[in-house]
Amino acid sequence: MRRLLLLSLLLPVPSLAAESEYLLVIQDHRFQPAQLIVPAGKKIRLTVANRDATPEEFESYTLDREKVIPAKTKTMIYVGPLDPGPYPYYGEFHQKTAQGVVVAQ
Amino acid sequence: MFGTAIIVFREVLEASLLIGIVAAATRAVPGRNRWLAAGILAGLVGSGLVAASTGAIAEMANGIGQEIFNALVLGIAVLMLAWHNIWMSSHGAALATDARKVGSSIRDGRSECSVLLVVVGLAVLREGSETVLFLYGVSASEGGGSSGMLLGGGIVAGIAVGYAIYAGLLRIPMRWLFSATGTLVMLLAAGMASQAARFLIQADLLPSLAAPLWDSSAVLPENSAVGILLHSLIGYEPRPAGMQMAFYLLTVLVIATGMKWAKKRQPIFTQAKDVH
Repeated sequence: MRRLLLLSLLLPVPSLAAESEYLLVIQDHRFQPAQLIVPAGKKIRLTVANRDATPEEFESYTLDREKVIPAKTKTMIYVGPLDPGPYPYYGEFHQKTAQGVVVAQ
Repeated sequence: MFGTAIIVFREVLEASLLIGIVAAATRAVPGRNRWLAAGILAGLVGSGLVAASTGAIAEMANGIGQEIFNALVLGIAVLMLAWHNIWMSSHGAALATDARKVGSSIRDGRSECSVLLVVVGLAVLREGSETVLFLYGVSASEGGGSSGMLLGGGIVAGIAVGYAIYAGLLRIPMRWLFSATGTLVMLLAAGMASQAARFLIQADLLPSLAAPLWDSSAVLPENSAVGILLHSLIGYEPRPAGMQMAFYLLTVLVIATGMKWAKKRQPIFTQAKDVH
């Protein structure tokens, strides 16, 4: 158990890399842009602006993130550094329409 | 429409599993039911308040108020569960063998009950406030009404699984009940600690230390039935960050050590009590 803990400390700390910022807008229970291209291997700061009159929850299994964005507010979510590939996410409160993907390149 | 019932089911399930396990663990504590009920009620009232002030919470601390709030709620619950487990391993045996005669432990039982109240209250608060927000969103955008039956179904199903766990645990003979619930509570607390770490990583307050540490989503996805259950019970995550694992293991280590230590000094403890 302790050995595992110590091992995890030996892993590189990639969060020291500089972060870049991106904007996602929620309108009519949809994310815009639905596909967001971000650089791989860098920490990303997503600013999510909810322009709807209802709250939304940004949720992604692949990014391992969940955050409620209240109606008419803006919030930020840190993700990554990511390996190259697609990372789908969705709005849990309006899953039918609120679908998007972050693509790391 | 069916999706809404499943979301509500999952939120209710997480709280109800915790309540089921804690209720079984405190089976022999006098006055437990009243405290349990008070905890659930306080949690429900709190859910409404938190849901109503989500906007204010979200904007606190430069937009990371929600993460700090969640991590704080989880952190307090972890401390309370740890305390509960350590207390139970020194007093549990006495309560189990002769609940009625352990007069002096009633006072201790009372402090144990207030821990129960806080733990249950926080679990209901966390899951409840998300459910309230979600239901508000659904009813505001879809007109509501029609989905009432399905939502009710989700709530009932979530409670039913929690009750099933409780009833199942009660079938375990008293002798083993405490070690069974003790282990479950310990893993529950470790899972919460790992979730708290995830919120702090999300807020960029903690480094992730390798994210993800592994990826078992192809074998056991988090949104599968088994994945949901394991996530609620032992904090299973298919893609944990290294920091989450560190929090998980540290919690297990601290609680296990505390329980062992409490068990060891228990004989001296009861002797000292008999003198008074």
